[in-house]
Amino acid sequence: MYSQMVKSTGKAVPTLAELSPEDRAFQKRIDRGEKIEPKEYMPDAYRKNLIRQIGQHAHSEIVGQLPEGNWITRAPTLERKANLLAKVQDEAGHGLYLYCAAETLGVSRDELYQMLHDGQMKYSSIFNYPTLTWADMGAVGWLVDGAAIMNQVPLQRTSYGPYARAMVRICKEESFHQRQGFHIMIAMAKNGTPEQFRMAQDALNRFWYPSLMMFGPSDKDSVHSAQSMAWKIKMNTNDELRQKFVDETAPQAEFLGLTIPDEKLKWNEATGHYDFSEPDWNEFYDVLNGNGPCNTERLDTRKKAWADGAWVREGMMAHAEKKALKAAKAG
Amino acid sequence: MTESPNPLFEFLLRQGDNALVLGHRTSEWCGVGPALEEDIALANTALDLIGQTQLWLGYAAEVEGKNRSANDLAFMRDAYDFRNILMLEVPNEDFGRTMVRQFLFDAFQVPWLSALRQSSDQRVSEIASKSVKEAQYHLERSAETVIALGDGTPESHARMQAALNYLWPYSGEMFGNDSTDQAMHEQGIAPLPQSLHKPWMQSVSNTLAQACLAVPEDPFAHSGGRTGFRHTEHLGHMLSTMQVLQRSYPGASW
Repeated sequence: MYSQMVKSTGKAVPTLAELSPEDRAFQKRIDRGEKIEPKEYMPDAYRKNLIRQIGQHAHSEIVGQLPEGNWITRAPTLERKANLLAKVQDEAGHGLYLYCAAETLGVSRDELYQMLHDGQMKYSSIFNYPTLTWADMGAVGWLVDGAAIMNQVPLQRTSYGPYARAMVRICKEESFHQRQGFHIMIAMAKNGTPEQFRMAQDALNRFWYPSLMMFGPSDKDSVHSAQSMAWKIKMNTNDELRQKFVDETAPQAEFLGLTIPDEKLKWNEATGHYDFSEPDWNEFYDVLNGNGPCNTERLDTRKKAWADGAWVREGMMAHAEKKALKAAKAG
Repeated sequence: MTESPNPLFEFLLRQGDNALVLGHRTSEWCGVGPALEEDIALANTALDLIGQTQLWLGYAAEVEGKNRSANDLAFMRDAYDFRNILMLEVPNEDFGRTMVRQFLFDAFQVPWLSALRQSSDQRVSEIASKSVKEAQYHLERSAETVIALGDGTPESHARMQAALNYLWPYSGEMFGNDSTDQAMHEQGIAPLPQSLHKPWMQSVSNTLAQACLAVPEDPFAHSGGRTGFRHTEHLGHMLSTMQVLQRSYPGASW
């Protein structure tokens, strides 16, 4: 999702009997559905895994501002401009909650930024795709936020307290974003001109498979997923969530009169689900390895923003220190 | 300049275009601010300004009575029909210029909108009442930022002073005095902007002193924005971005 391919221990999930007494007690707490709070015992691997997952999610919110920011200055009406600004502002807010949640695990926001800039940490592959027309603002809201919600709603029940609580706030706003995106699609695909319809179909064509990729590759190949699920920092398998997404989205596309670019997409009475084609996983790994259409640009934009802002952050700090010094002298 | 046939319309365009153009510039910061908190605050400011634009231009369109909407006014006028002051259309350059501009404008907007609450025109008074709360918050933040960065490090100080020197000749246009201003004053719709110059100068000087920044001495003031006579070259580029969809697909609903 916003966190894909989070590396865990890389080993099979140990049985309770194999765990140390501390880790066994910890696992039992999780199994009972208790929340783990920052100052409480947690295995080192749990902490590291969470840092990677929450950090990746936070980075996704921040980098995720860019493809939408690309259209704020070209939004077609004042209402749309305001909505998009509000949405991007929400995303920055989500980034803030998530960095704060990560900080409770002992890693600062600056350290996480550094790891993003160095390429040690990733953000969701979806944000390495370009936004080419206004319909992409619809498609991103409808599909990308829609896919994100699939993962984030269950994460409200995740085992780590601060993460679960951040997710509660985030989910409320994400579902609003998704509706907003869908409304853009309605305006263009159902009520729009032939040119707008074409833009809407084109956006769906480009964003469909990258949206499916957001869930990550099939779980059957992944040893990481099993451990994360045992720790309840991942609540469903990638395949379950992907299926749920397709099942919800296909009728919506039909309502819009748009065609999902998959000839195999078909309702299956026997399974009670849609059949659909897998995305091109080679493309997914290319994007993850830095060869997506916008990887270089997105990371460069963030690095430049950080470097350009250095004098501001330093100036603010220097002023705060001077003020504190004055106050100390006066006191 | 030639006398406007509808001074209230002109006046409303000035308010709306100021908000629209500054809102647009501010929105250019999306995702690339110097810190996450600043990203959020800049988006918030832009959002307030776009909201104000909708109110001012919505009323302007009604007053004009030509069946145009706020969106028509924002997206279908060319540069010579825009009535914003030049200071708000020049590029952001860096965070320093962005915040000094915001501060110089906020320091005007707070007393200006406060005065407009007493307007004889009820709609103007209502829009001002709503907007002034936002302007007060913007001023609090922009003044604090100017003080912090003016005082901060040698580099931040130098950047803030450079921004101030660049913007200062554009700030005088806020206090213009022409037939539209006179008409608004006579009808009790708005005070003369000139009447705010002295208090503005006092409050701005006070903040700049705390920011260790020197007030530029040259009293020269550029003009041409609020009359639409001569904008900067920057406005056309801004409009070509802002208006691209409405211009490329006329009549489409979004």
